[in-house]
Amino acid sequence: MLNFFLLILIYTCIYAFMSLGQNLITGYTGMLSLCAAGFFAIGSYTTAILMTKFAWSWWSTVPVAILLSALLGVLIGLPTLRLKGDYLAIATLGFAEIVRNVINNWDALTNGPMGIQRIPMISFFGLKVSPYSKYGFLLLEVVLLAICWFLLERLVKSRMGRALEAIREDEIAAASVGVNVTKYKVVSFAIGAGVSGIAGCLQAGFVLSVSPGSYVFMVSIMVLCTVVLGGMGNFLAVMLGAFIIQFISYLPQLIGLSSVIPAQAKQIIFGLILVIMMIYRPQGILGRKKRDNSRAQAFYDQANGDTRNAGRKDIGLEESGAKCEEEGRV
Amino acid sequence: MSMLETKALTREFGGIIAVNRVDFNVERNMITGLIGPNGAGKTTLFNNITGLDVPSSGKVFFEGRDITGLPSNKVCRLGIARTFQNIRLFKDLSVIDNVMMGRHFHTGSLRNRTLQAVLSYFQVEKEECEEYEAAMKWLEFFGLENLRNDSAGSLPYGYQRELEIARALATEPKLLFLDEPAAGMNPQETDSLMETIRRIRDLGVTVVLIEHDMKLVMSICDNITVLNYGQKIAQGTPSVIQSDPAVIEAYLGTDDDEEDF
Ligand SMILES: Nc1ncnc2c1ncn2[C@@H]1O[C@H](COP(=O)(O)OP(=O)(O)OP(=O)(O)O)[C@@H](O)[C@H]1O
Ligand SMILES: [Mg+2]
Repeated sequence: MLNFFLLILIYTCIYAFMSLGQNLITGYTGMLSLCAAGFFAIGSYTTAILMTKFAWSWWSTVPVAILLSALLGVLIGLPTLRLKGDYLAIATLGFAEIVRNVINNWDALTNGPMGIQRIPMISFFGLKVSPYSKYGFLLLEVVLLAICWFLLERLVKSRMGRALEAIREDEIAAASVGVNVTKYKVVSFAIGAGVSGIAGCLQAGFVLSVSPGSYVFMVSIMVLCTVVLGGMGNFLAVMLGAFIIQFISYLPQLIGLSSVIPAQAKQIIFGLILVIMMIYRPQGILGRKKRDNSRAQAFYDQANGDTRNAGRKDIGLEESGAKCEEEGRV
Repeated sequence: MSMLETKALTREFGGIIAVNRVDFNVERNMITGLIGPNGAGKTTLFNNITGLDVPSSGKVFFEGRDITGLPSNKVCRLGIARTFQNIRLFKDLSVIDNVMMGRHFHTGSLRNRTLQAVLSYFQVEKEECEEYEAAMKWLEFFGLENLRNDSAGSLPYGYQRELEIARALATEPKLLFLDEPAAGMNPQETDSLMETIRRIRDLGVTVVLIEHDMKLVMSICDNITVLNYGQKIAQGTPSVIQSDPAVIEAYLGTDDDEEDF
């Protein structure tokens, strides 16, 4: 039972990476993409191939997997990101299927439908992170996830994040204030793809084998579900969503009813969740995270509170900027 | 030389010639009015100048430079800002964030700032403080500073129009295009808008506005251009325009326009 719960947590973390990526793409930038499975596959196979054929360490395959996923994100992004809404969804879905088909048929590199087995375990300074001792693996995942989450929060807090949200709200208005919409969309897509790719590395390191059957369309749907369920535009929420979705998919096994409840029931449940959420709580469980300007606001009020009393409002930009920096370093 | 000139600008949609060989001039530091009955092609002319739409033929020159067909983000960076006939705010973002978006391209580019954003906490904080301050200056210009944390979509209509102008001004334009800024405003709001437009002119920003409210147009514009069926039918000072027979004909000839001179 405990073991099973740990398994759910491990898969939650794997999906959480894809949810973070999907959230940047869909929650922040407003692009409806359906190719999480494609990036997941690229991450997995990059790790699997480099570790088995070229004896790389797991750690060195991760940056390569991120770059390859991001690169493919750019390749698909450049021609398709001009498309809107459902057209984009269909184009990206097609891309994920192309990836799976290539993997399925490129026998020399991917071993086709047989997949790649006997991937070495992840080792950390000689210490093997064995999938059988689940705590170690979970710890590794949580640390990587935390780093990733932190960096993404920094990214969306910056002016780039504001630009992505502006694009989501109104592309034409964003362009009218000087934002290069296509460029930001492509970069957002690439970063989201790269983050999703990490999920693939972890999957390969946990299961120790990869095969095309794990990267089906259903994966992309589940990832989209985690984002809608948790809350678009809220990284914490989508990770919560990932947990709930994993919990539901393993519930039959967890309560020992897997023989009674067929595996397909899970798809019906996901469908139901999406419909119910759309009707009763379209913003998701936690809802969108509001942009936080409280620090800038506090600095501004402080700077101007003083001067307003002195009857002077025209405080210079440099002055408050410098002040801001000063305080920041304390 | 005029600040902005279009030369025989033409835009066709299928069979319709929405803008037909229009020569439109904007003089620096003036308020220019663009009027004409519904469907005359005013918005289309704006769109073709500001890069939202590409002309079928003809040219656009800004400060002597050919900007024909330039995308709107580049046009904005050259110093031309605009508002939209059907307000286009970032509705889910706060009022201050909307104006801060106007500051966007003044704070570096995607390439040199994305990595910094992730790696340098202090750089981002400093930048945010600067942008915030600059944006507040524009909110105060419109007296909207107390609404800074409200979401833009929740503001009353008149405030939304003002916020859209504030966002455009935050880009620090030399030339500002306003598409029907008084639409949906009550008389008091319209009066205060008139005053605001004069204040914007006094900041050294050249203003071009499309407007159906003739009282507003005639009292604040230095120069007026009249379009009808995509063609320029008159151009001149308000008094010249008011007595131009072709203009009177255009307005009286259409039955869906209740404005009288
Ligand atoms: N994207 C488009 N596709 C087809 N026709 C268009 C398009 N945009 C404008 N038109 C047509 O071009 C003509 C001019 O429209 P435009 O919006 O420029 O008029 P306007 O002077 O701004 O009118 P209003 O005062 O009602 O805003 C109209 O006949 C309109 O139907
Ligand atoms: Mg119009």
